[in-house]
Amino acid sequence: MYERYSRQLLFSGIGENGQALLQNKHVLVVGAGALGTGNAEILVRSGVGNITIVDRDYVEWSNLQRQQLYTEEDAKQQIPKAVSAKERLEAINSDVTVEAHIADITPAEMEHFAQGVDLIMDATDNFEIRMIINDAAQKYSIPWIYGSIVASYGISYTIVPGTTPCLHCLIEGIPIGGLTCDTGGVISPVVQLVVGHQTAEALKILTENWAHLRHELLSFDVWTNERSTVNVEKLKKANCPSCGTEPMYPFLRQNQMKSEVLCGRDTVQIRPAANENRDLNMIGERLSKLGKVHQNAFLLQFKTDHNRMVMFKDGRVLVHGTNDATEAKSLYHKFFG
Amino acid sequence: MQLLINGNMTEIPDSIKTIADVKQHFQISNPVVIVEHNGEILEKDSHAVQEIANGDKIEFVQFVGGG
Repeated sequence: MYERYSRQLLFSGIGENGQALLQNKHVLVVGAGALGTGNAEILVRSGVGNITIVDRDYVEWSNLQRQQLYTEEDAKQQIPKAVSAKERLEAINSDVTVEAHIADITPAEMEHFAQGVDLIMDATDNFEIRMIINDAAQKYSIPWIYGSIVASYGISYTIVPGTTPCLHCLIEGIPIGGLTCDTGGVISPVVQLVVGHQTAEALKILTENWAHLRHELLSFDVWTNERSTVNVEKLKKANCPSCGTEPMYPFLRQNQMKSEVLCGRDTVQIRPAANENRDLNMIGERLSKLGKVHQNAFLLQFKTDHNRMVMFKDGRVLVHGTNDATEAKSLYHKFFG
Repeated sequence: MQLLINGNMTEIPDSIKTIADVKQHFQISNPVVIVEHNGEILEKDSHAVQEIANGDKIEFVQFVGGG
């Protein structure tokens, strides 16, 4: 059964001991976009025993250029990314148990998903969720690996509770002002490079090769050929609310109805305060009198002459065709109550 | 004056005196940027007073959100 891992067994950093360790580990991958699909595929091929992957979105044509687990059929059918990723990952390696969830992780869900996990891979596209990951990772003492990309630029840092500064030490709050909403696009090579750095660190952590961790904040631009590694240990703050001597985990303490403009997509996501499963059939029947309804097992799309909205079973709605949160909220209330 | 910025030797006007001036010169408006000056990480509130000199080595690391 080890034949498929033979090249990894020959590698002195992993070997048979490392392979056995990998098989007993559980990794949570938050996000199944470009970084999420790349990270998950490498971890699954490497033989990590358990993978949980969580994503809030469905596959679109604009994803196919860089999100390596998806096909044209997924985009045509608007399959949720978590569902499609799970199917593809299981086809790649049936030894691995893959659990998939369609969700926009709330703080409470983050605490739930973090239970029993050895490592968290950040493959998200915004700092709100990263700060929630950061607090949960500190609270339950789980290492996590920040990764992010924009245009031809990539950045990654490995956060080990009790040892390194945490994300809150480094950025002191959620950055606002278009950082995640990039209009410069993104190219696939930078995805692969960040994934490579994230998964190399992941394999070191999972095989308990702690001494080989990079310890530096890494950033690079593959187009302008800039590269930098910076030692940020000095930025660890004793009074940090997330990892200091008296931690408060501030980002685990919020739960309310939220609207959020999605990165470069002309889309606003509305997330109701209560996470309740909705009866899509009933809602579809009602809305079919007001516009065009298209449904699959996971979501419902509703189109009027002016708007397109997608509701997921967990009650979230993506309002397409606007970047205005107020307009999106009013459309949400108009059609979904 | 010449500075080694992110590994590239770069010519900048002599009117530039501090790290904050350098940020402004290169239009680095990202509020979340970590600056290393001659191998030393700077605290954010020191950017406006930290003076630079010819030949200094500066690394700017910008946090971005995409994924």
